[in-house]
Amino acid sequence: MSTVREQTDDGAMLHPEQRAEGDPDAIIRDGRRLDHAEGTSKPLRAHPEPQPRGAKVHGNRPVDQQEAAARFIAAPEHEKMHDERLWDLRQKRDREMHGIPEWEELRSLASAIKEHTLTHLDEYLDQFEANASANGIHVHWARDAAEHNQIVHAILRDNGVKSLIKSKSMLTEECGFRHYMASVGIEVIETDLGERIQQLDNEDPSHVVVPAVHKLRTDVAAVFSRTIGTDPNNSDVHYLAEAQREATRPLILNADAGMTGGNFMVAETGTFVVCTNEGNADLSANVPKLHIASIGIEKIIPRLEHLAVFVRLLSRSALGSPITQYTSHFRGPRAGGEMHVVLVDNGRSERLGLAEFWTSLKCIRCGACMNTCPVYRRSGGLSYGATYSGPIGLIIDPTFNARKYSNLPYASSLNGSCSNVCPVKINIHEQIYAWRRVLVEQHEVPLAKRAAMKAAGVLLSRPAAYRAAIAAADTALAHLPRFVIYNGLNAWGKHREVPHPPKETFHSWDHANRGAKR
Amino acid sequence: MSSRDDILAAIRANLPRVDRPLPHVPLFDDDPPTSLLSAFKDSLHRMGGVFLDPPASGDLLAPLRAKIADAKIVCSTVPEIAGNRDIAGVGVVRDLADVDFAIVRASFAVAETGSVLLSDADLRVNAVAYLAQHLIVLLDPADIVVNLHHAYRRPEFRDRHYACFHTGPSATADIEGVLIHGAQGVRSLSVLPVVRAGDPNH
Ligand code: SF4
Repeated sequence: MSTVREQTDDGAMLHPEQRAEGDPDAIIRDGRRLDHAEGTSKPLRAHPEPQPRGAKVHGNRPVDQQEAAARFIAAPEHEKMHDERLWDLRQKRDREMHGIPEWEELRSLASAIKEHTLTHLDEYLDQFEANASANGIHVHWARDAAEHNQIVHAILRDNGVKSLIKSKSMLTEECGFRHYMASVGIEVIETDLGERIQQLDNEDPSHVVVPAVHKLRTDVAAVFSRTIGTDPNNSDVHYLAEAQREATRPLILNADAGMTGGNFMVAETGTFVVCTNEGNADLSANVPKLHIASIGIEKIIPRLEHLAVFVRLLSRSALGSPITQYTSHFRGPRAGGEMHVVLVDNGRSERLGLAEFWTSLKCIRCGACMNTCPVYRRSGGLSYGATYSGPIGLIIDPTFNARKYSNLPYASSLNGSCSNVCPVKINIHEQIYAWRRVLVEQHEVPLAKRAAMKAAGVLLSRPAAYRAAIAAADTALAHLPRFVIYNGLNAWGKHREVPHPPKETFHSWDHANRGAKR
Repeated sequence: MSSRDDILAAIRANLPRVDRPLPHVPLFDDDPPTSLLSAFKDSLHRMGGVFLDPPASGDLLAPLRAKIADAKIVCSTVPEIAGNRDIAGVGVVRDLADVDFAIVRASFAVAETGSVLLSDADLRVNAVAYLAQHLIVLLDPADIVVNLHHAYRRPEFRDRHYACFHTGPSATADIEGVLIHGAQGVRSLSVLPVVRAGDPNH
């Protein structure tokens, strides 16, 4: 698109061989490569290779995350591209963080606002309901996934809806919404590109923000040629994206109803807020007459002034972009339209009562903990066999099913980088460790793993010693700490060798950095 | 018991018994950029938007006219320029599907992020800002606030049923991180600095 030599952000690469020579696809402005939304900051290239599939799920039996991860790692083009792209998001996130002097203060505020709200959750939900209803929004309450699906189905039935366009929502994934709608004969069309790819491939999203990040362009070309009739030999990304846009547009124009999730609800105004990049959520909400939003009860915050804190943090943490392309505020239906909000519990009120785990409800689903996690980056989100993958998944999946997800808290090196990047300061790695203990107490954990847990536990119980151990091992967040990998107990050691010892760890970096500022 | 009462009762039974006061949120505006307009322009460009600088001729609308010269369907909601698709006559939203350019005025803009706020009052029909192939936004340079903390004090968030920050065009990089402008919404977003008509201050 431009002959100007592009300037890129030359953060260190984990797999320099994945770097492309030039990039005809780059969009250059003012001599700089644009990398907003989830765009990479450097040109990457991968060779075609069959796509490894996710975990084999057998009913209630414990998911074997390591088995699926081993298959992902055995597909090096997929693994390296995945690792590189997510690490790039992580580096872009750091760049944004450095651009905001008050970053740490914003994180503390976000954490404090969420903790306050969660400890007064009943009052704020009540307030939201009253204000939203006064603005003309129909507010519904769903105890669990089944009730959510029934409520939405009833609204659609009352309106004679045959087809529904929707934007990405992890909550509807949690509720198995698309399967349910298929069973009652209502067509659901995902309108986000990544989510549509996953829907057409009959696969779950592998990441809360970038659902098809585990796929290569050639995988997408195969899916689209099978489903929307593109040329199977053309894997040009512009061609594929344009084909999906053109195929989806008529479905959007003809849909009977639209559905979105919600990133935040503001109690004082009865507003809900949706943060997206593609424009598909605003099409889903504004083209059909009927708009339904499904939102988890923990998404609430008290006032608009608090929203500023979260909007400033969300996209910077998620994508390394100052804001999403669209931040949409819905306070009431448009003239002649109808708007519904379904407030969903589905285990959240119970989680609130877990002394060690209730702060996991602060999560704003930014995905930063996933992007920084060396285990997640190298095993792919589908290896977890659960709606939520990566570090945040490890601490909330067991609340849905302790037996099925009993292995997941072991898919971590407990290096703590997830907690360090979390914009709402959830002590993720400590909760992962606490889950190991809880699951051992509940006899959900096999013997070999209990031994591994003890080794890590000794260090974790002494945070200073733990950090020193990481520094001494000359490792950093980009990689698994060697002493964790090669202790002979952790299956994670079998598949990897660690390249490029980095110069400093997060804590030494953080320490030096703070010193410089004060 | 209704589901509502059930859920609220479960929450009350499980509320963590800890004291967590609501913190005060500062405005973080101690060190504003010297020019809000140039800060806004920089942020907008980073996010893929285009700022149309006023030409030397002084004819502020010239770059806009050049942009839409070859367009078949132009839908304008602003008095400064006439289109050929009257938004007041739009019966069903679908009627906007063939719009090439939509022209609207922003309520205000945010220097920190390069965002423009478009409310239901600005858009008349909300979908026009997403169904059009391209979007041109008029912005009064006096309507730029420094950051999101200031933005959320604006009345639009309390008065309007719909208000959306647009920051550059619709975009995706869901396939291998390759950035595409024009995912499901507009393929480009341009901002033109034009003082509000009828503003007594100008
Ligand atoms: S746990 Fe924190 S870092 Fe992870 S997705 Fe949630 S908010 Fe983001």
